Amino acid sequence: MLRVERLSVRYGPLEAVRGVSFALGEGEALAVIGPNGAGKTSLLRGLLGLAPAEGRVVLDGAELPSRSPEGLLARGVVLVPEGRALFPGLSVEDNLLLGGFTRFRRGEDLRPDLKRVYALFPRLLERRKQPAGTLSGGEQQMLALGRALMARPRLLLLDEPSLGLAPLMVREIYRILAGLKGEGTTLLVVEQNAKVALSLADRGLVLEAGEMVLSGPAAELREDPRVVEAYLGTAREVEEG
Amino acid sequence: MDATILGLLLLDGVQNGVIYGLLALAMVLVFAVTRVILVPIGELMMFAPLSFIWLQEGKLPGTLWLALALGVLWALLERGRGRGLPLLGGMGLLLLFLLAQGSPALAYLAALLLVVYLGVATYRVFFQPMREATVLAYLIMAVGLHVAYQGLGLVFFGPEQYRPAPLLPGEVTVGLSWQGVLVLLFALAAVLGLYLFFRLSLFGKALLAAAENRLGARLLGIRPEEAGMVAFAIASFLAGVSGLLLAPLINAAYFMGFMLGLKGFVAAILGGLVSYPVALVGALLVGLFESFTSFYASAYKEALVFLLLVPALFVQSLRARAVEE
Amino acid sequence: MRYLWFLFLLLPLALSPFPFYLTLLNFFAISALVALSLYVLTGLGGMTSFAQAAFMGMGAYATALVTVKGGFSPWLGLLLGLLLSLLLALLLGGLTVRLKGHFLPLSTIAWQVALYILAGNLVGLTGGHTGLTDLPPLVLLGLPLDSAFRYAFLGLFLLVLFILALGNLRRSRLGRALLALRGDALAAASFGVDPAALRLQAFLLAGGMAGLAGFLYAHFLRFVNPTPFSLEASIKYLVMAVAGGVGSIPGVLLGSALFTGLEDWLKDLLPLFLGRQGNYETIAYGLVLAAILILAPKGLWPLLERRLPQGEGRLPQGEGLPETPLEGKRGEVVLEARGLRKAFGGLLAVNNVSLELRRGEILALIGPNGAGKSTTFNLITGAIPPDAGQVFLLGREITGLPPHRIHPLGLGRTFQHPHLFPELSVLENVALGTYARTRAGFPQVLLGLHGQEEARALATAYRALKRVGLEDLALERAERLPAGQQRLLEIARALASGASVLLLDEPGAGLRAGEKRELARLLKSLAREGYTILLVDHDMDLIMGLADRVVVMNYGEKIAEGTPKEVQRDPLVRAAYLGEAA
Repeated sequence: MLRVERLSVRYGPLEAVRGVSFALGEGEALAVIGPNGAGKTSLLRGLLGLAPAEGRVVLDGAELPSRSPEGLLARGVVLVPEGRALFPGLSVEDNLLLGGFTRFRRGEDLRPDLKRVYALFPRLLERRKQPAGTLSGGEQQMLALGRALMARPRLLLLDEPSLGLAPLMVREIYRILAGLKGEGTTLLVVEQNAKVALSLADRGLVLEAGEMVLSGPAAELREDPRVVEAYLGTAREVEEG
Repeated sequence: MDATILGLLLLDGVQNGVIYGLLALAMVLVFAVTRVILVPIGELMMFAPLSFIWLQEGKLPGTLWLALALGVLWALLERGRGRGLPLLGGMGLLLLFLLAQGSPALAYLAALLLVVYLGVATYRVFFQPMREATVLAYLIMAVGLHVAYQGLGLVFFGPEQYRPAPLLPGEVTVGLSWQGVLVLLFALAAVLGLYLFFRLSLFGKALLAAAENRLGARLLGIRPEEAGMVAFAIASFLAGVSGLLLAPLINAAYFMGFMLGLKGFVAAILGGLVSYPVALVGALLVGLFESFTSFYASAYKEALVFLLLVPALFVQSLRARAVEE
Repeated sequence: MRYLWFLFLLLPLALSPFPFYLTLLNFFAISALVALSLYVLTGLGGMTSFAQAAFMGMGAYATALVTVKGGFSPWLGLLLGLLLSLLLALLLGGLTVRLKGHFLPLSTIAWQVALYILAGNLVGLTGGHTGLTDLPPLVLLGLPLDSAFRYAFLGLFLLVLFILALGNLRRSRLGRALLALRGDALAAASFGVDPAALRLQAFLLAGGMAGLAGFLYAHFLRFVNPTPFSLEASIKYLVMAVAGGVGSIPGVLLGSALFTGLEDWLKDLLPLFLGRQGNYETIAYGLVLAAILILAPKGLWPLLERRLPQGEGRLPQGEGLPETPLEGKRGEVVLEARGLRKAFGGLLAVNNVSLELRRGEILALIGPNGAGKSTTFNLITGAIPPDAGQVFLLGREITGLPPHRIHPLGLGRTFQHPHLFPELSVLENVALGTYARTRAGFPQVLLGLHGQEEARALATAYRALKRVGLEDLALERAERLPAGQQRLLEIARALASGASVLLLDEPGAGLRAGEKRELARLLKSLAREGYTILLVDHDMDLIMGLADRVVVMNYGEKIAEGTPKEVQRDPLVRAAYLGEAA
């Protein structure tokens, strides 16, 4: 469904991503892991056209030389950004409805999708009239995810969904992601928390200093000592775990 | 001062205050969505009644040509289908003007639409190309445009003051004309309309969203440029109607807009450029303050109004922490 | 070389057969002074004033009142004019320098309009819109300056003096500090710059210069009325400065020259073109300003400058600033944080975090994203005040102090995104670090008396560059450096400040493996010399090889502390980074 070839992203003299390539099939989940500063967010931004990028991006067989968030949205690619980018002054329900804005403009009815999101996240239903800024971190992440779902994404990009969340909440979010995957949504998850990301994904990709150092099936990566090394330095101490 | 005079001053203050309030609302909205401080709003406000007067006398005002010229530039800046709006809008405007020469009802509409078109074109041609500019750069541009538009106002309409006939002649009571009542009603309707738009319509909320989090809005397909155009359109509409309604009461001339705009702007500043309710209350205060000072020291009332900015900014400064931006 | 500016004084001689051009020359000199005031305010300081004409008006009316109404000498008028301008600037600036950037210019608009109205209406005092006439000419050394020819010499002479003075300002600690402020006030503050105080001083200087210009204007025309001191006039000066290029002295001079000539031409041409009388040049100003802001935001001068031969810089020589040696015993606690706590809204970002930094060690603060490392870092460096807890530096409590007060006590920091001046040389960038160690104020700098201190500051900066190995690039523009070297530049800047405790925010971000190794080598050798380093970073390889001790945070709390090896083995740490332990 998505094929990326030699994508590079640079901000002035800083090269954040260097020649990363991968492919993602429909209904699959890919985990992009690596320490912070590795270029994971930049990868997503370059993909979406939010940062200057070189390389090829092919979506559904069509090459996209110039990309924009609006354009990709029209093709069913939705990003849930790091830090969520919610509208803190607007209510939970408004935030969700705005997720379906482009569909609303085409005249589609958003109510069934709203019901579906509330069914998935009952806590959001409880808080539907509250300003989004008053929600806890976990609830905000749920809201961000729910908002993205309102656009009926075919490919969902998530940037650090577990960021700042308590372990219980992380498990909850990933459970829902697994459910989405089961329904056929393609997922690309960028994560610092390698374990949980790899438990969801089919395949993984390790990014370090902008370069892809490892890739392969998630099951293999989970056992790979080099993955541990990528996060905690030398691998020698792994056995003492 | 006796009760009658007090009553008159209050009435005068409120009448002026609501206009400043509308201008303040328009400025806060535009600032929230685009980070532009719309200094030329006064000129837009005056262009409406002045263009109307020209039309009534069977002439095509210079503002039409200005709007069309900007419309052409706007069309050139767009690509493909985006050109439709400026071109069709421009042609429609021209047509309307040709038809409206001599028909007061159409003339009102034509003048109003002219100002709206001009406002949107101004955003598209002058502000949108300034990518990722700072608030300060936008401000300098806005001041430059104010100066240019005011100068053009002089070219198009000359230095004279005009007094178009009011929509509703006569007085309700001493100090309050029917036209004044109309102004108040419009202000109320506008505030209510804006409130409903932002509270109930998803489009209104999309606009607010664009103001709250640009990235988030973009990711949902809300283009900042479109949001900007809508904000400018609303602001121009408010300014245009205010101008048309106010002109019979205060005389319209090319230079008056700036003063009115600045007072609205003082009110907006009182709200820190972020709060709508405070800006409205501030506007009423400005109107009342002006009314009372004009009673005592008429020539200086405007100077005193601007000096009002000092305590307003002082209060803001107590809340802010040094550093940043 | 700089004294070539005095060639301006030949202009009146060259133009003496053309009285019209002599008049223009005088207007040029006066406008250029105002434009230069905008160079200080906007070009260097990043602020903007729409009230420079009001300051001019202060100067003009003061002298008019003193000479016409009071019958005193014009020089008294000058004194009063300057005093009033400075007072106005103090009032305006004092209230607004702390606000977000755009509030100052907004308040200047209001003041400008208010003063214009007052000038027009206080008829008893100012003569209203008819103004005051018959100002006496200035008399210099017995010679009355009552002709355009003679007056031009005075105007140009003062102009050249200010050109030289502002050139001094640009090449001084204050110039660098102002430029730093416009980029990022926080970064500047971390080098000891007091943002509000410096901005206010710049505003005062600009106001005073405009007041002087007003004085000159008044005694040139020997007539004052409100019109030349209106908002339109302020905008005209702003257009001159911005169109020419507000970021450089030649730029604003170019703008003034162009517009002085253009204005007159437009005043004659436009009424003809439009078929009636009136002042239509304002339209042109507005449109030109708009065009410049969109098409050539930096003005015209930078476009010309590129075609001129670039001068050669010189490397500094000689002694640096007096050094305080790195004393103290190894292992002694230099920085201590106790029970730090910070909440943002409902989110507890830092919860009861304590740590100790010992002399000569490298301590790393690590943790997953969102763990609170950056917040802790900001609490220690003074960027934000803690809700609870204390911070001690070298025994002194620094809790809640702003960065510019903490820095001179010996703390230096770098930033995740290097805050460099891309157009300045590497050497000048590093020299900003010496701000807190130098003393020269505005008077000394403008008069050029800071030369010795400046030379020593540059020498210190050069030494710091040598220490990090970048001395060969000293005269290069900073924007040409790749990321790794920009980091080294930042460290050199911190070293130049004489700080012995260095706090580095993600020094490894964006660097390649080789660059990181070089960085690690540098940091290790600095630690051996007695520097103490606290760093926040995510590259575990870098940290494990570099740090003596590591503190690990998660969810705002400290969860582990120890040597790199100890921390790697800690199950809590592994859980935090790798997810739940199986």
